[in-house]
Amino acid sequence: MVDWVKSLSRVLYIDLSRKLFWVENREDLFSKWLGGIGVAIQLYREEVPKGADPLGPENTAIFAVGPLTGVYPMASKVVAVFKSPLNGFVAESHGGGRAATAIRFAGYGAIVIKGASDMPIYVVVDEEKVRFRDAGALWGMRSSETVGRVLREALPGAGYRTIMRIGRAGERLVRYATLTAETYRHFGRMGLGAVFGSKKLKALVVIGKKGFKLPDIKAYREVYRELYELTRGPSTRKYHDLGTAANVVPLDKLGALPTRNFSSGRFEGAREISGEKLAEENLARRLACTACPVACIHLAAIREEYEDEKYFYKTEFVPYDHEPIYSLGSNLGISDRYGLLKLIKAVEDEGIDAITTGVVLAWATEALEKGIISIKETLVELRWGNWRNYIKAVNYIVLQPNEFYKSLGLGVEEAASRYGGLEFALAYNKVEPAGYHTGPLFHASLAIGFRHSHLDSGAYSIDQNLVASGASLPSPEDAAKLIIGEESWRQVLNSLVICLFARSVYTGKIVEKALKALGYDIDELTLVNLGKRIYLEKHRTKALEGFKPDQVRIPRRFLETPTPLGQVSEEYLRKIIAYYSKLVSESTESTL
Amino acid sequence: MKRLVVVDSNRCVGCDLCVYACTNRYGHIGISKSAIHVRSAGGVERGFVVIVCRACKDPPCARACPVNALTLRQGGGVVLNPSKCIGCGFCVNACDIGAVMWDSEFMKPVICTHCGYCVTFCPHNVLSLEEVG
Repeated sequence: MVDWVKSLSRVLYIDLSRKLFWVENREDLFSKWLGGIGVAIQLYREEVPKGADPLGPENTAIFAVGPLTGVYPMASKVVAVFKSPLNGFVAESHGGGRAATAIRFAGYGAIVIKGASDMPIYVVVDEEKVRFRDAGALWGMRSSETVGRVLREALPGAGYRTIMRIGRAGERLVRYATLTAETYRHFGRMGLGAVFGSKKLKALVVIGKKGFKLPDIKAYREVYRELYELTRGPSTRKYHDLGTAANVVPLDKLGALPTRNFSSGRFEGAREISGEKLAEENLARRLACTACPVACIHLAAIREEYEDEKYFYKTEFVPYDHEPIYSLGSNLGISDRYGLLKLIKAVEDEGIDAITTGVVLAWATEALEKGIISIKETLVELRWGNWRNYIKAVNYIVLQPNEFYKSLGLGVEEAASRYGGLEFALAYNKVEPAGYHTGPLFHASLAIGFRHSHLDSGAYSIDQNLVASGASLPSPEDAAKLIIGEESWRQVLNSLVICLFARSVYTGKIVEKALKALGYDIDELTLVNLGKRIYLEKHRTKALEGFKPDQVRIPRRFLETPTPLGQVSEEYLRKIIAYYSKLVSESTESTL
Repeated sequence: MKRLVVVDSNRCVGCDLCVYACTNRYGHIGISKSAIHVRSAGGVERGFVVIVCRACKDPPCARACPVNALTLRQGGGVVLNPSKCIGCGFCVNACDIGAVMWDSEFMKPVICTHCGYCVTFCPHNVLSLEEVG
């Protein structure tokens, strides 16, 4: 076996119940499944029994990196796999910052966190050991930013460590709490923060300074240089210039920018909260994840004068991306840029998923408007554009002063099942949608994608290409094949682990070369097939947990509000879902 | 002779590609063999500190070496003779800017040779190689 696989195959197991740790050599997994999601899904199957409570000690948080981590530009992500407390199924979330390289250079290919502590703790991992530390002083801290600062100052390893932590939302088990790394990057979706909270795990710090000898430095340098040039090329330029916020104006022009709870695809305030306007008025700094030349992380600075004293200011930094601009901006009717940034900041401090939070609040606003609920429930007037009250509501979601906010903390589907308004409670399989209303392929991909995320297959761009070319919709079967094909290939990238913003750089040919320079003998076709196998492994795992795609609820709102490709037909979506369902169930039967 | 300089650390996005380039000179990936180090200036929103050897004319690291393993480099800074080095680490402590790194595998310092390889891989023009008299 390749030496490279050997060095990657060390898996660190941490048992929080017994405060024990050990390392196992899992060459069996890393030689077969590369790394990242390929390995993580197998570890999940080993660790998490059927029927496990997502917030119980049986749930396991698995972090995995891959053979290219820290080796080539933009191989900068960690894959996390766990059972989601938001929808009760196996879930996957990706995070950047320094997490990927810190894990790899601490000498691990994966970290498996089992059990639950009986007291708040944080865990510090380095090349030699794991330390369990008392988190009593950190628990309940109002801002997750402060938690990061305290740990930064208390621990060694500045420049080659990751500080992954949860906010109050995670402690209080808000089902869509995030895990935050390096203050501005997140394992954002599906509630990994609540899983940490249920384990009384405030933070996971990984310090890694190791190096690894390359088998063929000449071959490596050649591929490296090619990738370095490509990752700085035109395909990643927009992420560098305006960041993902570059999408706001084009989507609005197209009529695909979700506005006021998806009641429209156009937002009259789009220009005010666009990437262009944010860059001109508020952009203060750009940051990169480790090993990434692009630096897509955009931080805005907001200056605020204290109400009680003239000329007394504070300046805060707020990360922005397309998704929070949609979910907390256009989708809540907020065009006041300052207000939007303040709202994003509140969401950051609490450590909750920006997308879900925005969709939950949009549902609550509409429910209040329609008289389904009253101010008795919402405690503050939730009205489109009123960001001050939305900030209060964000705090209430975390503090849960009444039954209503407790329900909001469970996600939009759960809240609407209790209070009504399911037809405008926007989620597929209890996962709230990303910021696109481009057409039927996007919606189908949310219904059948493993993560119910726009990142599963990027189908919003298939829709947009259809709009641009004026071509007619593919048949449902062809649409399903397109979505599933793309999602399958992305399993390769997510096993290596490559940031998906580099997806057009890391073609099959390049990946083959990149791996070859590390001693792997694996060709493009084999990679494609491996992607298909990983796809099936994942979707099968979810099917075995009881996921019934045919029963996925399609909220009426999604079908009513026209997309650039017209209204989405339910029949078309159902046919795509049926194709997917058949594919997964046949593969499940054939191998069990 | 040339020396490596940090032109503007405010342009640094913290990608660490300079660090990886440096380690790469030894045929390794990672951080352990890098003579350049990047860390946040106390939270990434404040930007980054880029630590490199500034090629002192009268380098404290050389003066601290008890075995003359560090000799003066033409144009500033020092050259390491690894065969002489006993791995005491005095040079690391002597450098107030923290630019003498440590290779914990070989238990010897990592000394910047001002080769400029890192400059080639800095995407945002933070570093440059400048001519010195």
